[in-house]
Amino acid sequence: MPEVLKAPLVVEFPFTRSLGPVQSAFLTGLRERTVLGVKTTDGKVLVPPVEYDPVTADELRDLVEVEPTGTVTTWAWNPGPRRGQPLDTPFAWVLVKLDGADTGLLHALDAPGPDAVTTGMRVRVRWAAERTGAITDIACFEPYEGAAADTGPAAHDGRFDDAVSGIVAEARLDYVYSPGRAQTAYINALADRRTVGERCPSCRKVYVPPRGACPTCGVATTDRVEVGPAGTVTTFCIVNVKAKNLDIELPYVYAHIALDGADLALHGRIAGIPYDQVRMGLRVEPVWTEGGRYPDHYRPTGEPDADYDTYKELV
Amino acid sequence: MREVAIVAFAQSDHLRTTDELSEVDMVMPVLHQVLAQTGLKASDIGFTCSGSSDYLAGRAFSFTMTLDGVGAWPPISESHVEMDGAWAMYEAWVKLLTGEVDTALVYSYGKSSPGSVRDVLTRQLDPYYVAPLWPDSVALAALQAQALIDAGETDETALAGIAARSRESASANPHAQVKGSVPQGDYEVRPLRKGDCPPVGDGAVAVILAAGDKARELCERPAWIRGMDHRIEAHSLGVRDLTDSPSVRLAAERAGAFERPVDTAELHAPFTSQEVVLRKALKLGDGVAVNPSGGALAANPLMAAGLLRIGEAAARIHRGESDRALAHATSGPCLQQNLVAVLEGDTR
Ligand SMILES: [Zn+2]
Repeated sequence: MPEVLKAPLVVEFPFTRSLGPVQSAFLTGLRERTVLGVKTTDGKVLVPPVEYDPVTADELRDLVEVEPTGTVTTWAWNPGPRRGQPLDTPFAWVLVKLDGADTGLLHALDAPGPDAVTTGMRVRVRWAAERTGAITDIACFEPYEGAAADTGPAAHDGRFDDAVSGIVAEARLDYVYSPGRAQTAYINALADRRTVGERCPSCRKVYVPPRGACPTCGVATTDRVEVGPAGTVTTFCIVNVKAKNLDIELPYVYAHIALDGADLALHGRIAGIPYDQVRMGLRVEPVWTEGGRYPDHYRPTGEPDADYDTYKELV
Repeated sequence: MREVAIVAFAQSDHLRTTDELSEVDMVMPVLHQVLAQTGLKASDIGFTCSGSSDYLAGRAFSFTMTLDGVGAWPPISESHVEMDGAWAMYEAWVKLLTGEVDTALVYSYGKSSPGSVRDVLTRQLDPYYVAPLWPDSVALAALQAQALIDAGETDETALAGIAARSRESASANPHAQVKGSVPQGDYEVRPLRKGDCPPVGDGAVAVILAAGDKARELCERPAWIRGMDHRIEAHSLGVRDLTDSPSVRLAAERAGAFERPVDTAELHAPFTSQEVVLRKALKLGDGVAVNPSGGALAANPLMAAGLLRIGEAAARIHRGESDRALAHATSGPCLQQNLVAVLEGDTR
């Protein structure tokens, strides 16, 4: 069996997220080097602040300002920073209870090594040089010698000029995608200008493109069969919207094509005929461009149209 | 309440990579095995429910591909959870309790090999305050481990002991990915060493549920579900006591786990330190066989590892090795969400 195909696949989204009143105040505050918490009904101060009490679900709006200094409540030494993490040199992940807060904030601590980190150590915020209203406005924490201030948190109205109302949360994940045995065989055959499907050993249906299983019988389809090259248009639509990065003149026809010998129609673009002359029953064949690994489009064969009864089960 | 039991359980071998297999190629043999155990055909099943995650596959609606393996045409009654299959089983259990169906097929699978699990799991975190820092799953578990060490509840030697016991138990499990004597290795994120962390791998699992007499007909000794419950804690790690798991305790209480002692506990603890938390919260005595299958430290196919725990516990009842077992599944960072099922065999 030939090697299965593999290719890099990058999934990337810039999620745009809106902030409620509490998150907006907190993140805008970071931009202004001010750390805000929120007071719960029973008087605890949550930092970072949330809009609803995690215990009682009470709505929380009572903002307070806490100190940019605090105490490590637990930590973990990270010898190998990964992409996107706050520091690119080895650092400690820490939960820090800021002075005036009752809960821990997760962030990174810049320290020379694990021996320099202990639970209970004092730390302070190191602000990012450029701040935009995001958790990354705290570049990291750094060791700090001073004791905790004994003044409690101060009330804060949460108002700032030009408050941030949203963040863009970048997400990127890298994969190596493999389509598996059946689709590898299909894709490799297309590069040789052949179309192969797989036959269900139970119901004898031929699936193109094959996905490795028969959805009716729930069994593996391992019997490979060549289909086409010609086929019949079973249904179609006329596309009037241009897709991004697609260099095809509008309008064009996108069709379901039942290749001869296949029991399932596949999708393809129809060209070589005016768009308004494409019809159900039209006989078509695949066209490969120079060096193409898959059919660029399908064109009329010139044969008479197929009789409806020959493809009605596949519409 | 209607009696519902697990009557069959099957799993794949759990492997580091399965490039040559599509998801349906990986799942289908497991579905065939679990059906064969009962003699049921796919068309006999009243309800099908599955669990998986698009973030592992890197593709939207990836679960629809595996539906080919259950024979989804003509149309079947089907549902999916973007979670571990343990939660799919919870949905199926509720469906059986309503009396609407008598049998259910539950399966789940995870192919972690195409991506980086540590990066993928950051995407389940709070997107405002936490995810932008990209703290990976090992880092968050390590914060919990250090909190336990500081509290005097464990130390690195004890954690290494949990790792060794799990992999030793896995020696008897033909499907396990990591078994036998495995060195603890270097720190991944201190205080957790490589041996304290689960393997990354691909795998699939399936169970069949049946109600009342149907269960007795399909299985010699059904694993009756006496109770099942799931609970969640706050998403912010800083508001939680990481050395405890009130959600697992509550789920266990509601599932009836504390009414009588169990003899077996299959715990979904991907990190050694999490077993320490779970044992305490579930009040498990030394006489309880914990993770005789090797647990998630021996094979941790994401989205399947929780249902595997339930399946392994049920299989021990089927084989007569257990009379009353607790099965647990978790999700989220540092045991944020927990599901507990209590299973029993008929008295002999
Ligand atoms: Zn078939």
